[in-house]
Amino acid sequence: MPDLRPAPKPDLPSPTLPATLLDRIWDPHVVADLGDGWTLLHCDRVLLHDLSGARALREVGEGGYSLARPDLVFATPDHAVSSAPGRTAETFPEGGRLLAGLRARARETGIRLFDLGQDGNGIVHVMAPELGLVLPGTTLVCGDSHTCTNGGVGALAFGIGASELKHVLATQTLPQKKPRSMRIRFEGAAPPGVTPKDMILAAIGRFGAGAGTGHAVEYAGSAVRALSVEGRLTLCNLSIEMGARMGMVAPDETTFAWLAGRDFAPKGAAWDAAVTAWRDLRTDDGASFDRDLLIDMRDIAPQITWGTSPEQVLAVTGRVPELAAAADAEQRAAWEAALAYMGLTPGAPIAGTRVDWVFIGSCTNSRIEDLRAAAAVLRGRKVAPHVTAWVVPGSERVKHAAEAEGLHTAFREAGFEWREPGCALCVAANGEAVPPGARCVSTSNRNFVGRQGTGARTHLASPAMAAAAAVAGAIADVRHFAA
Amino acid sequence: MEKFTTVAGPAAPLLRPNIDTDVIIPIQRLVGSGRTGLGPYAFERLRYAGDGSENPDFVLNRPQYRGSPILLAGPNFGCGSSREGAVWALMGMGFRAVLAPSFGDIFHNNCFQNGMLPILLPEDVIHRIAAETEAAQGARHTIVDLARRLVVTPEGAEIPFSIDARKRDALLEGLDDIALTLRLRQHIAAWQAADRAARPWVWETVQR
Repeated sequence: MPDLRPAPKPDLPSPTLPATLLDRIWDPHVVADLGDGWTLLHCDRVLLHDLSGARALREVGEGGYSLARPDLVFATPDHAVSSAPGRTAETFPEGGRLLAGLRARARETGIRLFDLGQDGNGIVHVMAPELGLVLPGTTLVCGDSHTCTNGGVGALAFGIGASELKHVLATQTLPQKKPRSMRIRFEGAAPPGVTPKDMILAAIGRFGAGAGTGHAVEYAGSAVRALSVEGRLTLCNLSIEMGARMGMVAPDETTFAWLAGRDFAPKGAAWDAAVTAWRDLRTDDGASFDRDLLIDMRDIAPQITWGTSPEQVLAVTGRVPELAAAADAEQRAAWEAALAYMGLTPGAPIAGTRVDWVFIGSCTNSRIEDLRAAAAVLRGRKVAPHVTAWVVPGSERVKHAAEAEGLHTAFREAGFEWREPGCALCVAANGEAVPPGARCVSTSNRNFVGRQGTGARTHLASPAMAAAAAVAGAIADVRHFAA
Repeated sequence: MEKFTTVAGPAAPLLRPNIDTDVIIPIQRLVGSGRTGLGPYAFERLRYAGDGSENPDFVLNRPQYRGSPILLAGPNFGCGSSREGAVWALMGMGFRAVLAPSFGDIFHNNCFQNGMLPILLPEDVIHRIAAETEAAQGARHTIVDLARRLVVTPEGAEIPFSIDARKRDALLEGLDDIALTLRLRQHIAAWQAADRAARPWVWETVQR
């Protein structure tokens, strides 16, 4: 890609030095140098959702500003919409009011809204890549921390708060400091039962929930190159659970093949020109990172969280930790609180822990490949009678693709509820919740206290592990459930 | 935005690592809410028992820390969701400064947008302030002085802290970021025109 800056700045790497993927996306997006390491960064795409979209658009006007580039702003309701079969916008009335506001503001401002039940609607981080709204080398922001998901196609995508969202809507830019760079290389072949979800949970468990703070993470290595785009989106999704606002994978032939023909992807000669530019979006040999980490795939087994932070994670063959193993008094106190909340016994094997709920969905794991992996475990099996099991596809398109393959039938025959697209039980902002005290194996991204509902106990895992838990009625090793 | 100069009061210790923004404010309280009125729901799930009564064991319910303007926190405070409601809830509870060894990045940014000062301090300094406050039963105050970039502990030790100059100035002056950026409107337009020529696919694909 050509250098677009009017004048190179001395604090940016010289073009002759080896560059990282972060440099190659960040540097050309610098509109102005604000001094002291601050830059004005251009945001190529802004995504809005129902929880904060209407307010953000309203606040821009209330501040006396207007929307800078309505053509670069896109909205979809996902957080506060019911996932019940046959739902309408009003099934969850509070969400219905938010959506009514978003519809009104979208009409006023001329931004594109992918409305409930329409083609293109879905969880914001599922529909953006699916429609090609996010492309390699672009910058994308959204008022949601899991915006890092979009880095899976080789974009620089990050979550922002309400005030920064207002700023970007009014200016199409954000004052930002370039983050430090971090790389995690996953090398080797994936062992049986190990999915992208297990890879990233294992990394968070090893490096910690704050390891990526202040950094943009690039995922690399042979195991990442071997992943599908959907797997890369899952990998990048949990970057924020490691503390990093941004996660990304360099685009390659896999990415280009996945993007070709999507609604907002370029076509014809424009596609050829884009792909030529996108081939340069990679880290040079010899480029250095502020943190450069390595994981051997042979060390990863299927993962399950035991606590209330994503770093509190185990191989499914492991045991709930003993308090004596805590590194210091604060960690001991945190573990003690987590064990009490989760109702677990130190030293007990995690497998066999009885579960009440299973949730397959969320921007982490609700794409077609996730549903296929779960359905493969379920075929010919039944959900344990005491388990409530939901599957919530990530978007209208995922839902229709799954139905065309008959996956909905596989889920229903096994005893799952086949529901409507949205965030649903990942964030419990739509009137749906896991009941107090109930234990849920979930394919989502956060096992925080009360995240899936007040008192709900969440164990994060891959879609296949979640399906295995539904059948066993307890946390189970998916490797015993060969399809 | 509210200006920030100096804040003084008892420093309330909530030292557990990885306090996430879901714990600071449950999402259910942000569905359709505004920026104000969230104080009663801050730390709701730790602060109240199932029947809605106060949990006496939760540190912020102790008499000496009620209305405290300074929060002492553990590593990775404010991790998780981007919800700015976490900052609004803390401010609604009376906090104006949070002292922690590290913060979630988005929460850290959100603080500055609202006149809340997040200060990075080594864990041992935070423990020292907590111990000095506890020894005085909360009667001695910690002072946060942004202009001098100092935290004064209850026993009078002056601890310097570093803070990004741009963010400090914005807090001291209560600046409106958007107005500042719009002074660069011509730069932004020029950048967009050049980018459109260089990367037409970014622009043409979204034309109606």
